[in-house]
Amino acid sequence: MKIEILGTGCSKCNELENRTKQAVAKVGIIAQIEKVEDLVEIMSFGVASTPALVINNDVKVSGRVPSVDEIVAILNT
Amino acid sequence: MWLNFVDYIFYSFDKQNPFIKAAHFFIYDTGKILFLLFVIIFFISLLRSYFHVEKIRDYLSGKSAIFGYIFAALFGIITPFCSCSAIPLFLGFLQARIRLGVTFSYLVSAPMNNEIAIAMLFTLFGWKVAVLYICLGVLVAIFSGLFIDLFDFEKEILIDIKPANTEFKEQKSSLKIKLNDAYYFTIDIIKKIFLYVIIGVAVGAFIHGYVPSEFIVKYASGGNWYDVPIATLLGIPMYSNVAGVMPLVEVLTSKGMMIGSALSFMMAITALSLPEAMILKRIISFKLITIFFAVVGFGIIFNGYLFNSILG
Repeated sequence: MKIEILGTGCSKCNELENRTKQAVAKVGIIAQIEKVEDLVEIMSFGVASTPALVINNDVKVSGRVPSVDEIVAILNT
Repeated sequence: MWLNFVDYIFYSFDKQNPFIKAAHFFIYDTGKILFLLFVIIFFISLLRSYFHVEKIRDYLSGKSAIFGYIFAALFGIITPFCSCSAIPLFLGFLQARIRLGVTFSYLVSAPMNNEIAIAMLFTLFGWKVAVLYICLGVLVAIFSGLFIDLFDFEKEILIDIKPANTEFKEQKSSLKIKLNDAYYFTIDIIKKIFLYVIIGVAVGAFIHGYVPSEFIVKYASGGNWYDVPIATLLGIPMYSNVAGVMPLVEVLTSKGMMIGSALSFMMAITALSLPEAMILKRIISFKLITIFFAVVGFGIIFNGYLFNSILG
């Protein structure tokens, strides 16, 4: 599973990364978590609000920081 | 009820004592402000969870220019905004082929109509001033966008904008998640601004108790032509302290400062933010940022004069 965190380095983006790591640990899957900070690359996902959570090239959440439980639910679907 | 309670506690002491007057004001105001801030910010953030920036972008990209400015300015009221999200938003809008001016309309309206400013205005000045502030903010946003589009500024954008690879899909979240998000968001904001509110109210309480009205009238509302531009300039470095500054402005207006000057001051605090300018510097030229600031600044000053002359 490939997880990408889109964000330009603000505190919310770091928070999303932390929670995603916790959620991945909770679910117990193997995932590659990557932070995307390059503007041109972020734009290629078509989001207009950060932070955003992308799983396997699919934008799951944008513009807010979901709770760990919510990320767990997203990972399980 | 809250006022009666605080009255009861304090006015069993000497009513004329300036210290008692200041303390009464402080306790009453912080209690009232924090409670109302919580309620208002909670409802604003709950309402906002129903509007996605991406959906608004897609909606705007299909609109004609004139509607574009108006809708962009209106959407700015209901969508959340922090200066760290300014760049993705800016680029995302242009990517969807939304005009530069329409994008700027949104970029003026969104920070100006932020939840803290609206909640504080409502709490301290009542709904009339809050609505006035929002309407004026929307007007400034619309005209700034129109003005920007009079010129060809496309070359002032420093990043090459390519179309997106993936189409954006709508994300749905349950009411429970929305309520939960709104609650934590509100707590987060209250934590951040708590200290500013306390300090602002404390200084306000001091002025309330100790500084005579004549002094304020003489220095803050002399009806001088330069009051409004100075209020606007003073607002620029105050970014993010809107929560602390507003209690002060409340006291100043109640003691004779003109409401137009006060509105200009508050708009400059929220709309002309130096951190946001620094962030935008990464994607647009210094020239365009300067023009952007100047246009918004003039709009705010114009508003100030207008209101001083109507209400003054």
